[in-house]
Amino acid sequence: MDMEFSPEDLAFQQEVRTFIAENYPAELRGKQDEGDELGKEDFLAWHRILYKKGWVAPAWPVEYGGTGWTPTQRFIFSEETARADCIRLMPFGLAMVGPVIYTFGTPEQKAYFLPRILSGEDWWCQGYSEPGAGSDLASLRTTAVPDGDDYIVNGQKTWTTMAQHADWGFFLVRTDKDAKQQEGISFLLIDMKSPGVTVRPIITLGGEHEVNEVWLEDVRVPQSQRVYEENKGWTCAKFLLAHERTGIAGVAASKRGVEKVKAIARTELDGDASLLSNPFFKRKIAELEIDLTALEFTELRTLAGPNAGKGPGPESSLLKIKGSEIQQRLTELTLEAVGHYGAPYFRGFGEGDNEHPIGPDYAHRAAPTYFNMRKTTIYGGSNEIQRNIIAKMVLGL
Amino acid sequence: MDFTYTETQDMIRDTLARFLGDTYDFETRQKFIASDAGRDPAIWTALAQELGMLGASFAEEHGGLGGGALENAIVMEELGKVLGIEPYLPTVVIAGGALKAVGGAQADALIPEIISGNMIVAFAYAEPQGRYDLANLKTSAKKDGAGYVLNGHKSVVQAAPWATHLLVTARTGGGQRDADGVSLFLIDANLPGIVRRDYPTVDGGRASEIYFENVAIPGDALLGSEGAGLPLIERIVDEAIVAVCAEATGVMQKLHEGTLEYTQQRKQFGIPIAKFQVLQHRMVDMFMEVEQARSMTIMGTLKLDLPANERMAAVSAAKNKVARGANFVGQNAIQTHGGIGITQELAIGHYFKRATMIESQFGSADHHMARYERLALKV
Repeated sequence: MDMEFSPEDLAFQQEVRTFIAENYPAELRGKQDEGDELGKEDFLAWHRILYKKGWVAPAWPVEYGGTGWTPTQRFIFSEETARADCIRLMPFGLAMVGPVIYTFGTPEQKAYFLPRILSGEDWWCQGYSEPGAGSDLASLRTTAVPDGDDYIVNGQKTWTTMAQHADWGFFLVRTDKDAKQQEGISFLLIDMKSPGVTVRPIITLGGEHEVNEVWLEDVRVPQSQRVYEENKGWTCAKFLLAHERTGIAGVAASKRGVEKVKAIARTELDGDASLLSNPFFKRKIAELEIDLTALEFTELRTLAGPNAGKGPGPESSLLKIKGSEIQQRLTELTLEAVGHYGAPYFRGFGEGDNEHPIGPDYAHRAAPTYFNMRKTTIYGGSNEIQRNIIAKMVLGL
Repeated sequence: MDFTYTETQDMIRDTLARFLGDTYDFETRQKFIASDAGRDPAIWTALAQELGMLGASFAEEHGGLGGGALENAIVMEELGKVLGIEPYLPTVVIAGGALKAVGGAQADALIPEIISGNMIVAFAYAEPQGRYDLANLKTSAKKDGAGYVLNGHKSVVQAAPWATHLLVTARTGGGQRDADGVSLFLIDANLPGIVRRDYPTVDGGRASEIYFENVAIPGDALLGSEGAGLPLIERIVDEAIVAVCAEATGVMQKLHEGTLEYTQQRKQFGIPIAKFQVLQHRMVDMFMEVEQARSMTIMGTLKLDLPANERMAAVSAAKNKVARGANFVGQNAIQTHGGIGITQELAIGHYFKRATMIESQFGSADHHMARYERLALKV
């Protein structure tokens, strides 16, 4: 047991650092430093650079365009990109539907979709939740009825992240109304430009347009766009959820977040000294750091322990619960740290003009981010659902 | 980067677990901790001579298996699972750690004595006024010819009634709380002038108040250099802290398993109480604390050889997290058991007692949080 990197790993670490330093877009870096909101083109800019380098999908099998890196190299890559504060790529294609397609898809589906996911040509969204199906996802009611070689899809999806930009969506739909809940569901790929697809924005607490309602009215979808067997879509969904949970620990990004909030607390004054020397604030930071270390080593144990390479198990629910709690605490401490300047709110008032917003740069998005990040304990299977999973799958209750 | 155990380490764990499974069931333990001696000396002898377990963390040149802190953690975790009261921590981890650090003739002479089971050491470091400050010492060792004369009072010296030797921190110079002037001595436990008052501890062990009254000790009892012992003492206490974290992991695992088992048997409202979601989620939270305690024990153990400040920050992070976890898991194990949990009848309450004592052993969660803040946040 050791936590040292081999000489090869250290050389790889240096290669990643150099690549980021030489290739990360300066314009994007500037927007991030100013605390600007980031849009589709910002995400795609870094995506395309990584694609050209062949590094856009480290976890994929080499035959489909992955890197062939060891788990340690993948760990180093995610550490280094977070350390350098690189923007996080959208997960819907690369981390979610991509692995489902290369695991369960037909040769034609693989040949068409995988290269377009890698290149960033298609923007993907996830059609899972419905107004009546949240934590109880299997109670979903969107239907797909066969009609010749097609399905006719009707229903409503919600919380569909970034659907306003999406070219394609992967949807869970009911293909057998009489089967037991999980058994009548299929996994469909739907062209978002199909007639009958309507995307309506939902504005969240920070003022962002991040999620949407998606209405499906007599949408015609070729059956060749169904992944895996009819009525077996739940298998794909479970596989995808487990994949979604692993990255969700977000250790490297949270480490970077801790450094940011410490930097703010060193700058902000509390009386004659920095906020960081306030014993109450200092204690909260220290406790967060310690909890993050515990999460980090729990993740390392799953990454480089006896079960490494066997794929994410139900223990990954632990990483999701603790990772999301820490992400939220970080945004809470940041908002606390900026004091009065958490309050000014400019969205919709002169947005887009060149006037510099009020207060320090690091304060601009403190409150919206705090509000926004309440989502982390709700999405991807709420933390209560994760506890149900551990209770059942790990504790055998 | 590798987080797997070697075959030898797996073998050490399996061998010890099997031995303790045969010899250390709860009822047997309760019998020998209630006896006059407070322990069964045959177990220590067997650990040394039948299993070779006391040599797991020592170099082969001294007759050990060539291991180190990871092997100590494995042994401590297994002892934790059976609420072992064997003096492995003060003898092997602490005294053994000090001897490994100083090396030379003292190590060559005494490490084989530890491995053979002939030598049991108690660590006499705490004093009534000192709390968790290792340098706050009134006990003095005054130079006298080739040797020293020891005077002072040491508090709650775990395993002292069983000890053949005492590892004593004492002041050879400086003021009561100075970092300089602290020295470490390994002495015979039965020298004239050593007065002991023995007593049981709440978690099943034995300890003593020790009074040194003009105790003449030889010059070669000094470990390391005179007056500059504090870094060595800090180092061996850090090794002890991660070993205690490992023990805590074993204790917490048993608290969690015992609670899972009990809630599946105990019926209320016509069904096993494990069916209630409020209890399921509590047991998941306990599970997460156990896993994180295991992670932090490994983290602290792997960072023992870093430069002192980084080592101390890492060890304090581990102890803080484990102490909070032990508190949570222990209290919730009792709450989930209900009334039966606060009786002497079930093992669960005894695991709770040990978990509670571990919380403050070598410094409470707050103490280590403060040390972490000082070293890691540098404010």
